[in-house]
Parts: sequence; C-alpha cells; structure tokens
Amino acid sequence: MITDWTLWLEWFIKSLILIFALLGGFAYLTWYERRALARIQTRIGPNRAGPFGLLQPIADAVKLVFKEELTPAKAFKPVFFLAPILTVVPSIIIAAVIPWGRSINLFGREITLYLADINVGILYFMSIAAISVYGIVLAGWSSNSKYAMLGGLRATAQMLSYELSLGISLVPVILLANSMSMIEIVEAQNPVWFILIQPVGAVIFWIATLAEVNRAPFDMPEAEQELTAGYHSEYSGMKFALFFMAEYQKMIIVCAVLAVFYFGGYLGPGIDRFPLLGPVYMFLKIVVLLFGMIWVRATWPRIRYDRLMSFGWKVMVPLSLAIVFITATGILLADQFNNDIWLLTIPVASIIVGVIPVVTIYRAIRRLSYGRA
Amino acid sequence: MGVLDPIVELARGLWITLKSIGEKPVTFQYPEEKRPVRPRYRGRHVLKRYDNGLEKCIGCSLCAAACPSDAIFVEASENTDEKRFSPGERYASTYEINMLRCIFCGYCEDACPTEAIILGDNYELSYTSRRAAIYTKDMLLEPVASPDLLTPQKVEPGKYNRRSVPEMQDPRD
Repeated sequence: MITDWTLWLEWFIKSLILIFALLGGFAYLTWYERRALARIQTRIGPNRAGPFGLLQPIADAVKLVFKEELTPAKAFKPVFFLAPILTVVPSIIIAAVIPWGRSINLFGREITLYLADINVGILYFMSIAAISVYGIVLAGWSSNSKYAMLGGLRATAQMLSYELSLGISLVPVILLANSMSMIEIVEAQNPVWFILIQPVGAVIFWIATLAEVNRAPFDMPEAEQELTAGYHSEYSGMKFALFFMAEYQKMIIVCAVLAVFYFGGYLGPGIDRFPLLGPVYMFLKIVVLLFGMIWVRATWPRIRYDRLMSFGWKVMVPLSLAIVFITATGILLADQFNNDIWLLTIPVASIIVGVIPVVTIYRAIRRLSYGRA
Repeated sequence: MGVLDPIVELARGLWITLKSIGEKPVTFQYPEEKRPVRPRYRGRHVLKRYDNGLEKCIGCSLCAAACPSDAIFVEASENTDEKRFSPGERYASTYEINMLRCIFCGYCEDACPTEAIILGDNYELSYTSRRAAIYTKDMLLEPVASPDLLTPQKVEPGKYNRRSVPEMQDPRD
C-alpha cells in the first residue's frame, strides 16, 4: 500500500514538473523565436521588459489574461468553448512518453526520468498528435466565420496529408530500433544516431512535422495575408492564448520527438556516469532543432496550397514508402551477411532516392515558369 | 545545370539568413537614442526670432490663408515703441495651430513673407485632449538666449518703421 502511495506521488510530481516545464518552455519559446527572428532580420527584438527582454513572456501573459474575450454572436458556443481545450490538452499529454534520461537515485528510490515507458510509444505519439487536428477544425467551424472555416479546412486537409508521411517516416526508426518504445529507440542509437543511418527519413519527418504544427513554410491554416489569423480569427484573450500555447508546445514536442527518434534523444558524452545529463542533452537538442524551425520560418516563403497538397501526396508519401523499403532491405542484408557494414546501403540508397524528387520538382517548376514566359 | 542545384539554392537561402545574424542591428533604441531628421524634415512649427530677439511674425495671417486644413489662427495687434514685439507695424497677439488639423504640408512656411514660421525637427507631438492639441504662441515661439531678448521690448522711438522688416533670402537647403 505504501509503495502504491509513493508511486502515485512520484507520477504526480513528475507530471507537474513536465507541465510546468512545457508552460515555461512555451513562454520562453515565444521569446526565443522573437529574438532569433529579430536577429535574422537585423533587428534587436524584445529587450525592454527585464534583462534581454526576459520578462516579455510574463508581460504578454498578463496582457492576454486581462484582454476582453469576445464570442461571436452566431458561434456554436459549446464547441467554441471546447475547441481551445481540445487543442491544448493533447499538446500537453503527448509529452508523457518523451524520455528525458535514464534514471536517477533520489531518497533511496530509483526515479526514472520519464513519465511513462509505453511499449507502443510511437503509436501514442501518432494518435495524440492526430487528436489535436480536431480542436483546430472545430474551432474553425464553430466560429461561424469564413476565414476561420477556411483555416480549419486547410488545417484538416494538410494535417491528414502530412500525417501519413509522418507516420511512414517513423517506420524506419521502428525497424532500426526493433521496438516502438521511446526508451528502446533512444538506447538503440547508442553508437550511431539514426539520422546518420536514415537521413532522408529525418528530413521527411522534419518536413511533415513542420506541416503538422502549422509552421512556416506550411502555415496555410493561419496564413495572415489570406485568412487574417485562420482558424483562431474569432478567438481573443485567454482562449486565443490557449491556441497559441498549443502551437508552441507542439513545436517543443515535435522537436523533442525528432531528437528522440533521429538525434539520439538524451544520449551524449558522459551519460553513463551522470544520468542527470540526459535532460540537459535533450534540452540542448531541442533548442537547436527549434532554431532550425525559426530559421526556416525566417528564410522560406509560404508554399502555395495546391503545391502543398501535391507535394504531400506525390512526393512525401512515395518517398517515405521508398525509404521504408530501403531500410528494410538494408537490415535484411545486414542480417543475411551478418555484417553491419551492409547497413551503409541504407543512407546511400536513401539519399539517391531522395535526390530524385528534388531534381524532378525543380525541373518541373523551371519548365512551368519558362513555359509561361 | 547540375543535379544538386535545387539543394544548393535552398542552402544558399538558408545561408543568407544565417549570415545576417552576425550583422549589426539597424534598430534605434528610440527614447534613448534618436535618429537625426533630414534637413528639410517637416516637424512641429517654430516661430522664429531675429538676432535681437524680436519676433519675425508680423501677424499678416497669410499662413492661415494658405493653410489647406484651416489649422492656423492668427490675430494681429499694433506694435508700439513701448511694447515692441516685431520690427513691423503689427505683430501676432494670438497665434494658434491646431495640431490635430495640421497635415504638415509646409504651405505656411511657403506663404510666410518674413520666414517667421518654420516647420522644425520635433516630431514628438502627443496630447491627451483636444484642447491640448492646440499649440499656442508661447509654445511655438523660439526660445531666447537671454531674458533681455524677450518680447515685448522697449525701444527708442523711430528705430523701427514700416520698412524695417528685412528682405527675404532664398532658402539654402
């Protein structure tokens, strides 16, 4: 009985820490993004509230909390209220399966540095990520506004299309790790990160997650120039803050998941001796990957919607199927000849296959633009 | 065209944005650090004085007539040798500009026969009421170096007559 009680307490405390880390991470991710974007655009960015503008997220939060909340007269109220919650909850609970390290000894107790080690961690991630699209489409529909509606529709189509390649691009990871548990995936990358074995898979996963969290260049559901703010046009105050929160938490989560699947998760030098370095490595990897997202946003313009769809269906899905095939073949060859050197066929063949669509798309676009001139 | 051209082009775009991180920000930290305005910038109006402290404005109301948004109100009074404001016959006893109406076109500058009104370099115009938006003569008048240059001045009779307003010069900038 007493062990039960402490176990519950441990889970509770770990959940609290996780949630607060995510909330704090969200707040400071907005600061990080604004500062990084500003530097890329040779500006300074928020630097007034506190040193280096570090109190800016707090000021923003206070402003958002005290803002007037408007509900459109013809909105479908229950769904309108439910949608932000439906968006933000998955973005938090998805973090439960992310491993932050192995385990540490605290007060004579073995404490694992993850909340749950589900043996189908990847499926959990995929299914919870799929739920968050409901919040967005319901928000768009219940607002009873054209812009919000179009934003919600775009989000649905986009997320459905890219979720497919997102899921398939995880199959090489499952094959290589021979497991669906996040912990075992990380441990399977002990000598070599999976990005070195399957670089194309990492790129596909990266692109698909960009589309999944509605980040530039795939931010069609909230394209400012076309749809004012897309699905959350009619939201203000705290409800808008929830959407905002969900978006940035999802950014953190997908970066964490990418780190786990392809960048060796919490692994790093000295991890065997000091397990507490695990969260530090995770944090550093997440920060670097987040910078990648911000960098891409600052560089590339938004993709046109029909091109977005045809890119998702005609390039991403076949390519991810191809790399699944290549990975499986490489693993089979390595098994057959009992020599891991055959695993080298995977990156080589994947990169060759990955270059084909890039070149084909480029040629097609050139042909189109010259044909018109 | 090489096979890797598209990848190279994408990477070049990324490289350009990454490079700009090292550049010096163009931001001016405004309240502490102000960018100097251009020579012919049209900011808040200033009523100019001559070197002896007398006001250039002779209260002719040409600026008010030229003003397309009817923002200027001028009321003129007679100068006397006891209380002399300007070298001419008359001076502006009331000079008001409604900054809510002013469009900073600079026509008043052009209309002024004595170069008395100049659009200066002050762009920090803010007020909290309509009443405070009306800038009166003492707010617009150029400050003086010493108190004995203040108007009205007491001058000996006959020093100024109706011809004593100097000729206008062509603008130099």
